[in-house]
Amino acid sequence: MLDALTVAVSVAALALAAWCGFAAYRNQSTKDWHFIGMAVVTFLALVQLVVGIVQLVRGEKAEEGGTIFVAYLLGALCAVPAAGLLSLTERSKWGSATVAAGAVVLAVLEVRLYDIWTVG
Amino acid sequence: MTATESGTASGSGTGTGTGGPGSGSGGSRAGRLVKGPGLLVVWLYGVMSVGAVSRSIFQIATEFDRAPLAYALSAVAAVVYAFITYTLVRGGETARKAALVCCAAELVGVLTVGTWTLVEPSAFPDATVWSDYGYGYVFIPVLLPLTGIWWLRRSRTAA
Repeated sequence: MLDALTVAVSVAALALAAWCGFAAYRNQSTKDWHFIGMAVVTFLALVQLVVGIVQLVRGEKAEEGGTIFVAYLLGALCAVPAAGLLSLTERSKWGSATVAAGAVVLAVLEVRLYDIWTVG
Repeated sequence: MTATESGTASGSGTGTGTGGPGSGSGGSRAGRLVKGPGLLVVWLYGVMSVGAVSRSIFQIATEFDRAPLAYALSAVAAVVYAFITYTLVRGGETARKAALVCCAAELVGVLTVGTWTLVEPSAFPDATVWSDYGYGYVFIPVLLPLTGIWWLRRSRTAA
């Protein structure tokens, strides 16, 4: 797939994880700025989903199968927003920690996406 | 209110609705498990549930014959994760006990399957969620039940 995009999402996700992890460390809940950050990361994941599907439609093959590939793309799209919604119910540092965990999950999914797309 | 968490008192106080986890369940409903660190535990269980369930469904539907034992064990793991997630979200004393039992079962499962895969790799042509103590999942499968048990025991003393 578009390697640059995968790298961009991974870096953005790790940055978000560090940012929210820092907020949790400082005993702060998620603020508006964090949600803007989550929106940016989610947008990148959405672009990745669209690009991935377009490439599949154009006839390119994911090494481990198209179904798994799309499933992982959807998982990558949902990881950060889901954690963000949860953090709205927990206005403490644990909400921030959950978003950080969600961003780490996204980064791990990106590594898997890369494996699934390219020849192992 | 004894702040058992880190002592850095930030000026912008966090909401008073849910007090600190260990500081008496003042505002929150008694027996509620999704609060404080519990949110993080539930989130991780939710992620593992989604991952394990979708993985099992896919593997059993498409290539069950290749590694029946591994895929069956993955399905068991998926059910355990989904059940624990459900009990945590539901809350209450009964759910807490059920979740505690399942976390213990999960820990036993991870250790058993982890050891099994190391001792007799030939029985597992493909990996399970619990292979090598959850190596493929950043060891979350072995760390999560420990965290879960810790949180569930602590919820009792706090309630």
